[in-house]
Amino acid sequence: MPRSFVWARRVFLTLLTLFVLTPIYVMISSSLKPLQDVSGKFRWLPSELTLRPYLDIWQTVPLARYFVNSVIVAGAATVCSVVIAVFAAYAVSRYRFRGRRVFTVTVLSTQMFPGILFLLPLFLIYVNIGNATGVALYGSRGGLILTYLTFSLPFSIWMLAGYFASIPRALDEAAWVDGCGPLNTLFRIVIPAAVPGIVAVAVYAFMTAWGEVLFASIMTNDGTRTLSVGLQGYATQNDVYWNQVMAASLVVSVPIVAGFLLLQRYLVAGLTAGAVK
Amino acid sequence: MTGRLRRAGLPYLLLLPAVVMELLVHLVPMLVGIAMSFKELTQFYIRDWNSAPWTGLDNYRVSVDLSAPVGKDLLHSFAVTCVFSVLTVALCWLIGVAAAIFMQDGFRGRAVLRAIFLTPYALPVYAAVITWAFMFQHDNGMVNHILHDQLGLTGERPFWLLGGNSFTALVVVSVWKTWPFAFLVVMAALQNIPKELYEAAAIDGAGVWQQIRKITLPSLRPINQVLVLVLFLWTFNDFNTPYVLFGKSAPEPADLISIHIYQASFVTWNFGTGSAMSVLLLLFLLVVTAVYLIVTSRGRRSADA
Repeated sequence: MPRSFVWARRVFLTLLTLFVLTPIYVMISSSLKPLQDVSGKFRWLPSELTLRPYLDIWQTVPLARYFVNSVIVAGAATVCSVVIAVFAAYAVSRYRFRGRRVFTVTVLSTQMFPGILFLLPLFLIYVNIGNATGVALYGSRGGLILTYLTFSLPFSIWMLAGYFASIPRALDEAAWVDGCGPLNTLFRIVIPAAVPGIVAVAVYAFMTAWGEVLFASIMTNDGTRTLSVGLQGYATQNDVYWNQVMAASLVVSVPIVAGFLLLQRYLVAGLTAGAVK
Repeated sequence: MTGRLRRAGLPYLLLLPAVVMELLVHLVPMLVGIAMSFKELTQFYIRDWNSAPWTGLDNYRVSVDLSAPVGKDLLHSFAVTCVFSVLTVALCWLIGVAAAIFMQDGFRGRAVLRAIFLTPYALPVYAAVITWAFMFQHDNGMVNHILHDQLGLTGERPFWLLGGNSFTALVVVSVWKTWPFAFLVVMAALQNIPKELYEAAAIDGAGVWQQIRKITLPSLRPINQVLVLVLFLWTFNDFNTPYVLFGKSAPEPADLISIHIYQASFVTWNFGTGSAMSVLLLLFLLVVTAVYLIVTSRGRRSADA
């Protein structure tokens, strides 16, 4: 390997690492500072290390409740989204039927809709469904779950269809010879062979739901508020408790980042086999 | 007979849940949104929006009337969003591709570095953006501390979340949290390039830089087509980043279109005009996507031939 390449790599990757890590350092160090350190001039190191922010965050805003709401909403949206996407991707990858192309093109094109376009109509539809049937969607976790599961659906279907298509048909045919029906084949052959793809899609769906702000800010009330909106509560009219903001950000990020980093090789494997082909 | 019927119906049955959800959350609301754009849906009619009078193309006329403030502001916001998106996508793509190529071969610490690089993408948007908002604070932020207190580059502490600098701040934050996606996708695509190609090139005497130019970049072509499009649509429609960074009203130089429409709808309570603006935005994105796909596909076909 020539020296020019090695040096270019060293310089580039070092600068990039600094760029990526600086905010993460600020987040971690500030979360361990007393309030006066984050209200005055910025300091690289805390004047004293304190865990107070980590205790205070639970009192300043009802963080635990937001946390539970986010777990329920993101968890349910992920499970539903993955199940629906598996069925749809199986149909798209294994059957030739009228409307197949219309379906895939339509679903993918919903990715380009600006969220702002259907925010208000969706809000009105949920209110009207509530008035007509008594099923409260607006302000409830259910409404948010329905919304979020469709956000990840297009990408999930697209990626899983690619992944399923890479699983040899011969496996399906062997299962048919053994007398398996289509659904049996899906559950016994295709799904087990597509675990990396399914995990990847689940990670994506969970992250999408966990981080969404726009719809959460309109469609939740005090009882159903999720973390993305609830975190804004650390800013009062006069002051922002930046050490608590950083501590709370860290607390809500650690589970998702840890999960993502543990499962990222599935994401790469899923992309390699499915989407990028 | 029933067996055959069932078999023919099976794919539709499998698709049914997905179709129902897409209809409920995306397609029907979109149609309702289009209908709303033809109504005079101001605060007087918001309780019972069916009673709002139809106004034909009035909302559209207001939105594109460049001699009035509404139209002028929309055009300005649209221009800002275009520049912002092109800049962000270009930077994300460059950094992502460079990082993926540099990390194609194994070296010590590669796995750790990869995990570090993916972290901004894994972080929830609000956690990442709020940290940047803290760093960009005027009095107690890190950026001003470095630039002003430590390096002395600026005479006065600049404002980052107000005025002209806000655009720079927005691009930096956006690139920081989006480039790892390009990195992830390109990294996956690189694994599909057969090793033999590089070995053959090395035997022919091609150096590393030449291999990158002649083998790696050309084989990324198909994935680039999708990657750039997806990055563009995400960036163009991004609401979360400016919303968390600036709050409900963005400073003018960083007034992205989705925030602008949100403002036009929810702050002034004029949902008809807001809907018309959204429809115009959607039409623009449809045209851009269609043209982009036609142009890039043609380029690909002639390159393959």
